[in-house]
Amino acid sequence: MVSGKGGTGKTTVAAALALALATEGKRTLLVEVEGRQGIAQLFETEALPYEERKIAVAPGGGEVYALAIDAERALLDYLQMFYKLGGAGRALKKLGAIDFATTIAPGVRDVLLTGKACEAVRRRERNGRPTYDHVVMDAPPTGRITRFLNVNDEVAGLARIGPIHNQAQAVMRVLKSPETAVHLVTLLEEMPVQETADGIAELRAAELPVGRVVVNMVRPHVLDEAAVRAASGDHREAVARTLVSAGVAGGARLVEPLLDQAAEHARRVELERAQRAVLEGVGVPSYELPYLGDGADIAGLYRLAKELRRQGVGA
Amino acid sequence: MTEQTAGAGHGPDDGPGNGGGSGDGAGGGGGASGGEGLDSVPALELDPILDDPGTRIIVCCGAGGVGKTTTAAALGVRAAERGRRVVVLTIDPARRLAQSMGIDSLDNTPRKVEGIKGSDGGELHAMMLDMKRTFDEIVEAHADPERARAILENPFYQSLSAGFAGTQEYMAMEKLGQLRARDEWDLIVVDTPPSRSALDFLDAPKRLGSFLDGKFIKLLMAPAKVGGRAGMKFLNVGMSMMTGTLGKLLGGQFLGDVQTFVAAMDTMFGGFRTRADATYRLLQAPGTAFLVVATPERDALREAAYFVERLAAERMPLAGLVLNRVHVSGAAGLSAERARAAAENLEEGRIVDQGPGNAGLRGSPATSTESQALATAATSSVPEAAPTAGPPIPAGTEADARSAADGGTDPGTDVNASAPTDASADPATGDVRQLTAGLLRLHAERMRVLAREQRTRDRFTALHPEVAVTEVTALPGDVHDLAGLRDIGDRLTAGRTPSA
Repeated sequence: MVSGKGGTGKTTVAAALALALATEGKRTLLVEVEGRQGIAQLFETEALPYEERKIAVAPGGGEVYALAIDAERALLDYLQMFYKLGGAGRALKKLGAIDFATTIAPGVRDVLLTGKACEAVRRRERNGRPTYDHVVMDAPPTGRITRFLNVNDEVAGLARIGPIHNQAQAVMRVLKSPETAVHLVTLLEEMPVQETADGIAELRAAELPVGRVVVNMVRPHVLDEAAVRAASGDHREAVARTLVSAGVAGGARLVEPLLDQAAEHARRVELERAQRAVLEGVGVPSYELPYLGDGADIAGLYRLAKELRRQGVGA
Repeated sequence: MTEQTAGAGHGPDDGPGNGGGSGDGAGGGGGASGGEGLDSVPALELDPILDDPGTRIIVCCGAGGVGKTTTAAALGVRAAERGRRVVVLTIDPARRLAQSMGIDSLDNTPRKVEGIKGSDGGELHAMMLDMKRTFDEIVEAHADPERARAILENPFYQSLSAGFAGTQEYMAMEKLGQLRARDEWDLIVVDTPPSRSALDFLDAPKRLGSFLDGKFIKLLMAPAKVGGRAGMKFLNVGMSMMTGTLGKLLGGQFLGDVQTFVAAMDTMFGGFRTRADATYRLLQAPGTAFLVVATPERDALREAAYFVERLAAERMPLAGLVLNRVHVSGAAGLSAERARAAAENLEEGRIVDQGPGNAGLRGSPATSTESQALATAATSSVPEAAPTAGPPIPAGTEADARSAADGGTDPGTDVNASAPTDASADPATGDVRQLTAGLLRLHAERMRVLAREQRTRDRFTALHPEVAVTEVTALPGDVHDLAGLRDIGDRLTAGRTPSA
């Protein structure tokens, strides 16, 4: 499960993780549940249907499949599977009953989404081999993740018996098992770090397995504050001359803006240091992914996957 | 290797010369960041919108994590300081943001924000939506006490009011309607919930409204309402088949809860629908201004484009796009490639193993300084040799050369630690070179980001050239206080547009 505050790159990290886990001979399933078609956009393919299809081959030959889970379709499938409803499903839909069950009845939607993912986890081929070695979900954001995963609590007060109740129980068994890990993506910025810390506390309170913190978009620290102070102090002229000597024309006029940029960078480095300390205080191991200057395109995705493998994913 | 290095030293510098101030030509290319063709992007001017007494509601919408709430708060502060009586309705603010407005925690009641420097009666209030509380209040206001208690205690109601993903959107609209009806404020600034998708914010209220008002609910209520009336027989058959199915699926008790809830809410359904419709119309009215907030990232701008299209389809008045966290550079005339090449010059110069004998080949100062460093590098293991190893010092680079020689006396040429051993006013050239290379690398990275942001913006502008835009330059850190919000307000209204 990959969660994170909005804007931290959780979809990208989920996709990179699915690629990284698909080592030689392995197959991963990447699922999204929020109907945003983020995976299709990331892999530059057409919109994903409600159907598992191969979208990428990982370095080394593993395969990545993708699925956009649609709660309504999942419910209809489910009804078909257990009740052989056929046309009655359409009638229910027309009446607004399906809409009711998937969007308004609290928690039912979440059970259907997580339920579908858990089904993929448990599915086996004829030869007994699991269909997917890993299932990676691009899950809802940190603020909603505990409620989303804790479906049992959600539906417990409502459906105390019946298939939805049983489904919720089965889903919870998978989600709380050591087979599951909830990773939280963050940036080294105050608000996402705070939300990550809060999210971890909530997950722990709900006894859901916290995986890693994924620190995303980490920029290299080129200069620290001491260096920038030195540069801004007495060495402007020396910097200007060095610029000229390095082949930069108009070096003198560039010193000021370059130093401004460096000062911003240095301030950021300091802030990141402070946020890193906060994250360390949380006591969850982390992965670190570099900032992609050119944005998260397919090339960037493979680069992140490689980086995750280097840090031990799929080993 | 010497040629290569020297060549690289010349390569990027195709300006008229290195000396004095004659480098103007090359550096002066400035400003133009490749944004031709964007000159037509209309500027989004927010101050006139904030000042116009006809503006009664500003809605900030956009993808998660783009700074909607901060934008809403900054606009609230600015409007209040320009004399409006403002209330900011935030949906899910970070604690920090509440604190930045001097409030420890925001709750469901507007609280006055202290420290507003309003000259003509401007005031700022802020509140955070508590969806359950808002729902409870509606129930309490529209049902007699006994009925209200029955509803509030109903398990289905409790889950619905706390859990349903659309409840937040619905209640945000309810609250907006309430604030507007109170008429205590002349401007309401609201941000939108962190939705699953762009659709939710506009759809959820209608969806909940139509559910509470719709066929399905009527069916659920049918047995209680229509009893044994003959004409309803058919419906009742359909009904029992369906409740049977749902009962199987969800458990009978769940359905019972829903039915009880629905029966208790019966009298309120009309009200829900009426209010949802009224708020919807309020949003379409000329007194409302929608601001789509985004960052210059692909996903955020894609979502922004989607919002723009949706708002047009719903005939909601869009004021424009606020583009947050835009990077700028005061040295935009220096390209990423040239900055990188220059940085490599400086860095390579120090690691290339080269005898001092080759140094001093006349030429540009670049070459000679390069050679200086080579000499330094080559002799750093024999510190005593350094001072004498240097070539003749060309005029104009005296200080450089001198510090290079100083640096040469110190074996540890590549770390800051060497600096203190030198005269503190005159650091080792190795340090200055390293520092300068760092400045250039940072700049190269900055220019790369600028170029990417430009591309993503261009894509949006190509799709929606009619949308007015204002850009907010990136802050290095987070906002902590009113001063920070004021700063953002200044940036929001600084009149930066993509072509600037």
